[in-house]
Amino acid sequence: MVDDAPPTQASFPSSIDELQALLADALYVADRGLATSIYLALRLRRPLLLEGEAGVGKTEVAKVLATAFDTELIRLQCYEGLDVTHAVYEWNYARQLLEIRLREAGGAVDPAAVAADLFGPEFLIKRPLLRALEAPGDRPPVLLIDELDRADEEFEGYLLELLSDYQVTIPELGTIRAATPPIVIITSNRTRELHDALKRRCLYWWIDYPDFEKEYRIITDKVPEAPARLAEQVTRFVQELRTAELYKVSGISETLDWIAALVALDRHELDHETIDETLGLVLKTQEDLEAIRGERAQALFERSLLPAS
Amino acid sequence: MSAQGYLFPNLIHFGRLLRNLGLDAQAGRMLDVAEALAHVDIGRRADFYHTLQTLLVRRAQDLPMFDEAFRAFWRPPRGERTTQDLRALGERRRFAPPEVDVPPSRRSDQAASDREEPLLRVEQVEALSYSARRVSRTKDFATFSDAEIAQARAAIASLDWELGSRITRRWRSGTGPTIDIRRAVRHNLRFGGELVVLPRRTRRTRTRPLVLLCDVSGSMERYSRMLLHFVHGLANRLDRVETFLFSTTLTRVTHRLARRGVDTVVPTLPRHVPDWAGGTRIGEILRQFNIDWARRVMGHAPVVLLISDGWDRGAPERLGAEMARLQRRCHRLIWLNPLLGSPRYRPLTRGMQAALPWIDDFMPVHNLTSLDQLAVHLSRLPARRPARRGLPMTA
Repeated sequence: MVDDAPPTQASFPSSIDELQALLADALYVADRGLATSIYLALRLRRPLLLEGEAGVGKTEVAKVLATAFDTELIRLQCYEGLDVTHAVYEWNYARQLLEIRLREAGGAVDPAAVAADLFGPEFLIKRPLLRALEAPGDRPPVLLIDELDRADEEFEGYLLELLSDYQVTIPELGTIRAATPPIVIITSNRTRELHDALKRRCLYWWIDYPDFEKEYRIITDKVPEAPARLAEQVTRFVQELRTAELYKVSGISETLDWIAALVALDRHELDHETIDETLGLVLKTQEDLEAIRGERAQALFERSLLPAS
Repeated sequence: MSAQGYLFPNLIHFGRLLRNLGLDAQAGRMLDVAEALAHVDIGRRADFYHTLQTLLVRRAQDLPMFDEAFRAFWRPPRGERTTQDLRALGERRRFAPPEVDVPPSRRSDQAASDREEPLLRVEQVEALSYSARRVSRTKDFATFSDAEIAQARAAIASLDWELGSRITRRWRSGTGPTIDIRRAVRHNLRFGGELVVLPRRTRRTRTRPLVLLCDVSGSMERYSRMLLHFVHGLANRLDRVETFLFSTTLTRVTHRLARRGVDTVVPTLPRHVPDWAGGTRIGEILRQFNIDWARRVMGHAPVVLLISDGWDRGAPERLGAEMARLQRRCHRLIWLNPLLGSPRYRPLTRGMQAALPWIDDFMPVHNLTSLDQLAVHLSRLPARRPARRGLPMTA
């Protein structure tokens, strides 16, 4: 089914360790499990479905892969009502109408010939999925299908077809097939369960909130100017915060925003006042903020200062 | 290598074990696994584990099960052969199916009560041969005899439920206000590009989803029997219904209701709801719902039916805050209270008082007539959300 060692995969890492190092160079900290599933998705040429809470770095995986392989990132952001005209292709109606007028003026009006010409490639507007299939074969792009759970179920059905053969059919033009399948990353926030049929096509990985070591590494990688003590305190505090019952648990992106803000404010360590003033960067709902700010934030902070047992 | 030789048969066994546990690991998938294993160093246990996980697990809630199965099956070499474990694990699950309904992050290990005796008695329905035996439509459910319950059930099962539809962002051809430009160009080609006919398009509609939250705590006991039949009827008549029962904890029963007929499923429900007929803190329950479930089941602006008598042992402020949050996320929040059927009832309990400002409709649910009224009300829900008050600033 899949040829052995096709030339296009020459640049792909040849082991999980190598991939992990590659991701680390692009400042993405992937634990062994995630690296394994990415590696296998590349090797088996399957889409990788990433699920996890908001802000744990699902989308980032696609961006980092594009950077690491020095290839194009094609992104399709899903939303309710997303359909073929926005995801795959659309005809350029304005140009079509104009073309008809031009030909009329030129005197040649054979309706059949006009119809054939009007639905040619130059009148086609290519949307992300089509662009991903048409990319040159020597360097497959990374196709990011972001937050698929927001799209309607019908769209999933359509996607299924595309992802199994890496081809689409445009009635007027025929079938367009990818020279090399793109690297497909699908993310979902799990606001609903995706179809089993789709999941069957994919490799699946659940990205959890990072533990202390991982989050600390991410922070110091991404915000190297942060003082070590501050980075450690912030990480510990955020880790504590995630154990509190919240409507919206904060992700890594919030932690990064927070530490960047603290650095900008020229803070070298956390204290009660700083936490209360800047907590809005971490907790994004009014209810959570009201519940945590003040005494509970202090208690969490005190607890985070205790040496880990 | 001899280790390789054993591997594939073992993979097949492992796949079978996972299927017994309710994971979707068909045989074809095991071929993918074999292919994938060629790319990793199976001597590294972690890589082996992750490879199986990424190919065989497709839902976050299956992860703990996979982990358990993996540990039991792929034990380090020192252990015994695993056939016995395999069978034991598979069998145990077959008799007590895994709780697929526990939200993944906050799995609490409460032992579901193992009582085999149904707590609810459900009588067989006799075919009603003549209408004189029809049960009164205005009699309070709480005063029903077993025979009346049996008769009322038939009446409930025959109720037609209809929920309005919501307008989606998708288009279909139709008689809407906007021109379908794509079809317009195509159709008018034969007129030399002159726009003679104008096909139109309109928004597609879908059934509005429904979320049911039903109180089965002690104070509701007199009504629970009838209300569960009502809940079952709703869940089976409408397309997209999510059902939750609560007493001291919240339990999702959507799948249980979907599967079987009313006779088999309703009597078994108490077994799956911890502390059936216990006390309830509605505020805490709603908080649990808002945190663990709302994102997954409140997606497409559902109608929410909250069925409870409002006897709440928790803090009223909490109840108010959670009601406010719930209301903001739904199309319409309807509180069904069986006590409201009594002319003397006033919603004076502190919990009810705290909840009232955040309810769109407050309706009785104590006899067959009230169910008729509810059916009419649901079928005539306006397409827009009702005007509501803003959120309180502090929770």
